[in-house]
Order: sequence, then structure tokens, then C-alpha cells
Amino acid sequence: MRLYSIAVYLFLYIPIGIIVLFSFNSGRHASDFQGLSTMWYGKALSNPFVMESLVTSLIIAFAAATLSSLTGTAAALALQRMRGPMRVLFDGLIYISITIPGIVIGITTLVALVTAFDIVNPILADMWPEGVKPPKLSLGYASVIAAHTLFTMSLVIVLVRARIAGMDRALIEASTDLYATPWRTFYQITLPQIFPAIMAGFLLSFTFSFDDFIISFFVAGPNTTLPIYVFSSIRRGITPEVNAIGTIVLAFSLILLVTAQFLLRARNERK
Amino acid sequence: MTDNKKGSWLTVALLTPTSMWFLFMLVMPMIVVVIFSFGERSAVGGYVASFTFDQYANLPARLKAFTNTLTFAPIGTFLSLIIAYPLAYYLAVKVDRRWRLLLLVLVIVPFWTSLLIRTYAWIFILGGRGIPTLLEFIGLEGIRMINTPFAVYVGIVYGYLPLMVFPIYVSLEKLDKNLLEASNDLGGTPWRTFMQVTLPLSMPGVATGCMLVFILLMGEFLIPAFLGGGKIFFLGNALVDLFVQSRNWPFGSALAVTLVIIMVVTVSLYMRLTLGGKNGRDQSLM
Repeated sequence: MRLYSIAVYLFLYIPIGIIVLFSFNSGRHASDFQGLSTMWYGKALSNPFVMESLVTSLIIAFAAATLSSLTGTAAALALQRMRGPMRVLFDGLIYISITIPGIVIGITTLVALVTAFDIVNPILADMWPEGVKPPKLSLGYASVIAAHTLFTMSLVIVLVRARIAGMDRALIEASTDLYATPWRTFYQITLPQIFPAIMAGFLLSFTFSFDDFIISFFVAGPNTTLPIYVFSSIRRGITPEVNAIGTIVLAFSLILLVTAQFLLRARNERK
Repeated sequence: MTDNKKGSWLTVALLTPTSMWFLFMLVMPMIVVVIFSFGERSAVGGYVASFTFDQYANLPARLKAFTNTLTFAPIGTFLSLIIAYPLAYYLAVKVDRRWRLLLLVLVIVPFWTSLLIRTYAWIFILGGRGIPTLLEFIGLEGIRMINTPFAVYVGIVYGYLPLMVFPIYVSLEKLDKNLLEASNDLGGTPWRTFMQVTLPLSMPGVATGCMLVFILLMGEFLIPAFLGGGKIFFLGNALVDLFVQSRNWPFGSALAVTLVIIMVVTVSLYMRLTLGGKNGRDQSLM
């Protein structure tokens, strides 16, 4: 049993280890290990396409994570008191948003947004004065952020709601009994208790958005995120540069993830 | 009364952004895609409003994608299950409490890191200069691994194992250890205890894990694209082709709607088969 588990862990981590190892390859070919060097990191980081897509990915991930943390927390607080058919409706929508494969979100968002732009753009052009170039809506940062937020917002709701459910009610009652305003109760009692869950939600949302390929692939328009860049370079052939970028991406997500996991679990374990 | 009213206004305000998102990013796009699926394709590849079932009638043109998806997804789910179960059991029942959190985090973490990079790793390992080269050293020549069904199954198990382990772990951890002892005391063999006590009680976790993995596999694109080498393609690959390359949106929409219907049917079946199945991915990822 123990040996079996060790084997499964090896299965999970050896491929990651190989990517990391080969990213330090000094040879020119991806699968021919010749010696240690950080040459490919230098190459990757001085490639303007890599840097540009990295910045795009970071902006999108930060925006999606921030939006999700705010709207998701607000929704979780509201849903906590809600019962009846509306609650069932929201639970259903949250569940669908989390479970649905990314490809379906990508396609539906693409088709709907392009249709909406086709309707709105001529109207905008009519409204604008002659000679001034009218604004033209198109796919880009905003569409990726909006599509990612559908999933990540629902994720934050689930995380924050679980924390609210495990919260000490007596504290809130005590605060109300002592004539604290609802706002003050929220700020001084509720918020500190749910904050680790919000932070974990932020980090997981950031990781999801940063790592997502398929949704961005459909709705990014002319923009290239880092996963889209990596996808197209793999299609062109494997180079050690991809290993270096892959290692950076993995290291980055690992740090965020481990932090999120410990934020989520630290308190539960102490009980 | 006024207090209550204030409360409900606050609820509405707090829910507004989320509701807008669900409406404009989930419900309406779904409706638009359904409308598109009844439309026609214009000569230049755009969409022409219409009400026809032509797109649906044309679905057999992509039959191979359907049969591939409906073969690989269930078998892949089953393989993940039989590999995940012993690990989940070990983590929930056997392992020392001190190590449990760390070991659990180690299982979950890969799921949240880039599937793109993790699948890419297998191109590397199974490709010409990976395992096949090692096999040549021991005399096994000419074994091809990449672009075979084997490679796709490896990718599937690798990608979705964590998603399977977690729900099973959760249901096994809740299991009352006294029941196992009782079964032992009553002379049950370990095998019988497992079959009659442990396995039935962990069924909710098994069902949740299988459903989540199955749904995500139905929409999978990267694994067959990287490890199937164009020969093994899923519905996801057909969809990418129809929406990105050949740009036949009405037909693509019909395909997407069919895919969603298959998934909804699966989920409803699952809901029927297992009671208390309301917390699926809720508790299974975090």
C-alpha cells in the first residue's frame, strides 16, 4: 500500500521534475542533456514575445482574481441568509459555472460576444459625430477577464461560504448585543474570520486564470497570453526555451497554491 | 419591518454583480449558441439566421469525434478511479495524521498547475527520445508511444488523478473506523470488510469523482491534441477546428449543444444514482 502510494507520487512528480531538469540543459536540443546552464532562462526572458505574453497573462490574472474576490465575497455574504427557490437557482448556477468544461465557456462566450459586438458597433458608429473615429468593441483583455471571472467568482463563493458556515455565530450575536452597527460587526468580527478564505480564493483564482489555456484561446482575440504562446511554440517544435518557461510557470503557481492550501487548512487543523 | 427591508436591499445589492455575470456570461451565451445551432452558414463562413435542423442532421460527419470521446472518456475515468482509489484509501485510513495534510496538498497541487505544461511533459517523456530510447538500451526497439491511445490514457490519468483522489478521500475519511473494527471482530476477512463496508460507504465520493472527471474529459482538447497526434481527436478538437480554423459556427454550435446535452444527461443520471450528491466539486478541489 505504501509502496503503491509512493509510486503514484512519483508518477505525479517525475514529469514535472523532468521539465525542470531539462530547463537547465545547456544543449541546443530539448531532449539531449549536455550539462547544467541557465542559458535558456536568459533566452526566454529576453524574448520580447514571451515577456509581452507574460505581462498580458499577469494583468488578466490580477484583474480576474480581484474582481472574483470582491463579487464572490459579496455574493457569499448575501447567499448565506437566503433560502427558497432563489437560493436553489444560485446554487445551481454556481455549480454549473464550476463544473462546466472550459471549452464550453470559451465557445459560448466567443459566439455571444461577437454577436453582441456586431449589433453594438454599428450603433456606436452612428452615434459618433462625423469624422471622429468611433470606438469599436472587440475581443481582448476584457473578454478574457470576464470569461475567467465566471469560474473564479463561483470558486470564491464556494470557499468563502464554507468559511462562513464554520464561523463562530456567538461572536456576531455578542457584537450585536453590545450595540455595534452591522457595518462594524462585519468589519471587526466577520471580515477577519473570512479573510483567509478570501485570500485563498484570490490566489486560486489568480492561478486558474494564469494557467488557463482553452478559454483564452477562444476569446483573447489578437492578444497572446503566456499559455497561448507556449501552446503555439510546442506546435512548432519542442525547444529548451519552452522548458524554461514551463518551469517558471510551474514554480509561480506552486508558490501561490501552497500558500492558498495552507490558508484554507491552517485553521481547520488547529481545531 | 424597515430593518428587514434594508436587509433585503443589501442582499440584492450584494448579489447584483454575480447575477449580471451569470446572466451575461453564462445564460445568455448559452441561448445564443442554441440559436446559432439552428442557423445556417453563409457562403463566406458567417452565420445566417434561420430555423433549420440541418446542422444537427450533419452531426454524423463528426461521428469519429463522438465515438472517440465516448470511448476514451469513460475508460479514462475508470482507469483514474482504479489508480486513485488505493491512494485515497491509504491517505484516509492508513497514513499517520501528522503527514496527512502535507500528502494531501501534494496530490491536489498538480491539478491546479498548468495542464498545458504537465501534458507537454509527456510529449517529452513518451516522445522519440524519451522512454522509447531507454527501451532501446535494453533491447526493445521500435516501440512507439507518442500519438497512440496509450499516450492519451497516460495523459488523462496524469491530468485528472488528483480530481479523483480528493472526493474519494473525503468520503473515506468520514467513514466510522468502528465499523471496520466491528466487521473484523465479527470475523470478516479484510477483503470482505472492504467489499461490504468500506466500498459501499465510499460510493458517494467515487460517484462524485467519476462525474467530475468524466465531464471534464468530455470537453478535453489539450491531451488528445498533444498526445494523440491528430489521429485521436475528441469533440473538443472538433470544436476548436470548427470555431477557430474552419469557422463553421452554426455547425460548431450544434456540436457544442449536443456535447452539453450529453453532459447534462450524465449529471442527472448521477444525481439519481447517488443521494446527497449536491456537493460535487465544491468539496472536491479545496
